[in-house]
Amino acid sequence: MDFSTFLIQCLNSLQYGLLLFLVASGLTLIFGIMGVINLAHGSFYMIGAYMAYGLAPLVGGGFFVTLAVGVVASVVLGYVLEWAFFSFLYERDHLQQVLMTYGLILVFEELRSLLAGNDVHGVQAPSGLDGAIALGDVMSYPAYRLFISACCVLLALGMWWVFTRTRLGMRIRAGTANREMVQSLGIDISLLYRVVFAVGVALAAFAGMIAAPVSSVYPGMGESVLIICFVVVVIGGIGSIRGALVAALLIGFVDTFGKVLLPQAAGVLVYVLMAAVLLWRPDGLFKP
Amino acid sequence: MMNRKHFLASAGALALASLSPLARAQAQGKLKVGFMLPATGTYAALGTAIDNGFRLYVDQLGGKIVGREIEYVRVDDESDPSKATDNVNKLIKRDNVDVIVGTVHSGVAMAMAKAAKESGTLLIIPNAGADAVTGPMCAPNIFRSSFSNWQPGFAMGEVAAKQGHKKAVTITWKYAAGAESVKGFKDGFEKGGGKVMKDLTVPFPNVEFQALLTEIAALKPDVVYTFFAGGGAVKFVKDYAAAGLKSSIPLVGAGFLTDGTLEAQGAAAEGLLTTLHYADELPVARDKEFRLAYAQAYKMQPDVYAVQGYDAAQILALGLKAAKGDAKNVKAFSDAVVGSQIDSPRGTFTLSKAHNPVQDIYLRKVAGHENVYQSVASKALADPATGCRM
Repeated sequence: MDFSTFLIQCLNSLQYGLLLFLVASGLTLIFGIMGVINLAHGSFYMIGAYMAYGLAPLVGGGFFVTLAVGVVASVVLGYVLEWAFFSFLYERDHLQQVLMTYGLILVFEELRSLLAGNDVHGVQAPSGLDGAIALGDVMSYPAYRLFISACCVLLALGMWWVFTRTRLGMRIRAGTANREMVQSLGIDISLLYRVVFAVGVALAAFAGMIAAPVSSVYPGMGESVLIICFVVVVIGGIGSIRGALVAALLIGFVDTFGKVLLPQAAGVLVYVLMAAVLLWRPDGLFKP
Repeated sequence: MMNRKHFLASAGALALASLSPLARAQAQGKLKVGFMLPATGTYAALGTAIDNGFRLYVDQLGGKIVGREIEYVRVDDESDPSKATDNVNKLIKRDNVDVIVGTVHSGVAMAMAKAAKESGTLLIIPNAGADAVTGPMCAPNIFRSSFSNWQPGFAMGEVAAKQGHKKAVTITWKYAAGAESVKGFKDGFEKGGGKVMKDLTVPFPNVEFQALLTEIAALKPDVVYTFFAGGGAVKFVKDYAAAGLKSSIPLVGAGFLTDGTLEAQGAAAEGLLTTLHYADELPVARDKEFRLAYAQAYKMQPDVYAVQGYDAAQILALGLKAAKGDAKNVKAFSDAVVGSQIDSPRGTFTLSKAHNPVQDIYLRKVAGHENVYQSVASKALADPATGCRM
């Protein structure tokens, strides 16, 4: 592999890793902060992608308007879901959480089939961003992918700032550490959890919407992201946003170079990485 | 002294036993066709198209084949090979179907072929292209109305070589269908004097192609052959164009790359050449009739899967006529079907001794939302059926 190809592969790795972080961020939030195993995370990602496809003709005004409307809609959805289903799960054990969220996956899949059908759909990238940047004489890099990476970086910075520099972030971190103490301090922990859940759902849906022009919209897209998201969260350490970012980038590099250098093993390399990390650090790379 | 319970139990058993000859007599009446197709999941649309195509032909015959009314039983295979044996046994043992029609996914079809081989039930495969089904797994009661993965690949290989390309790179998912399609291309391309530089694979169902697209750009072949279907096909074609490769290295593929995906692919697919045993604007009169009838009956346009379902029904009708309605007379069924011409919307085709279609493979070019027929890439192409001993 010559040097310029190596650099391009590094760019591919970085871009894929950042996309993984974007998609996994919602799961990290819900799983890490609230301790709820949310198997329906993939379904929220799918809902976001289908919203990007379905809302565009209804809302008009272009990609970014659809994005804004979609984010608002998913915050509302998250709020309602938490109130109706998830609020009962905090005290229960993980098996019950798995059962309930698995049930939600099935319900969302059927709803998707009923409302949007079973065909594959494409979403156009917004017109300002559908160009490409030439990298050598044969290949060029799509501008939209660079845009996604920029969004991920902004999101990571935003999350860090909210968690470490704002009151809300402080309360959320306190709630994770000791729920009862926070309640006895007079802070409405249920409302806090509801907000966090809604944000987690919105993040997943936002990831789906942003990635839709690149990944297209089709049945079963939720399941394929779900597993890799869990791998990201497990490698990074449950509850750690920083860990999720590092893990996502690590997976990006292992997957990209693995495909090129070891194609026979490419499918298992990520899981081998996870096993290796867990052998070394059973709780993942970073503490919350 | 005989207990009342024992008496009632034996009387009941005797009564049921005496009923069964009556039940068998009833069975000659209705013909049970068991559909094992995907009703949910990625392939649900294909399952529906096959179901529709099959029923269209039966309805055109008046709902009866050789005087026997058709009764449909359906099982959703969810395109899941791990549940396949259980599902097909539901049809064979629980529902006692006379004919099984299915399926889309090759992994599931292999399990079905194994079960059908053991039970002797007629099996007509309206899509799954696994070469093995009419290769090492072939059997007198297993038929296919679609294609083998090797066929479109071979045809495209010959076309690519004829176009003057010397070096090719292939890329597909690492699974049987991809490997068989690529092998077909390799056979055709190398026969025409070309050489395949490298076979790139992506673990199934991974759709992150960027790393390999960069690899392709580094290898600089004359042509790239690919096999992807469904969501993966949409993403690959879009990624290929977005990486700027479409204008520098021509992309060719098996027809599934652009079948049912053109609306999603948009401009990225424009001008792509693919090979398949079906196309839009086919100069075949039967196709025009079929499209009209299908659109009237189901309020949507048919696709290659609907044609395959339609032809599965034609094969069934042809075979049953020769077997005088007896679905157990596999020899008469098979002798009739292998010898005859099937008048299909794709053109006429015959079934090989291994029970796979011997058919024309067409070269198609994407124009707007259609795969427009260009020419016949390979006339009356038969799958080599390596390993079939029949």
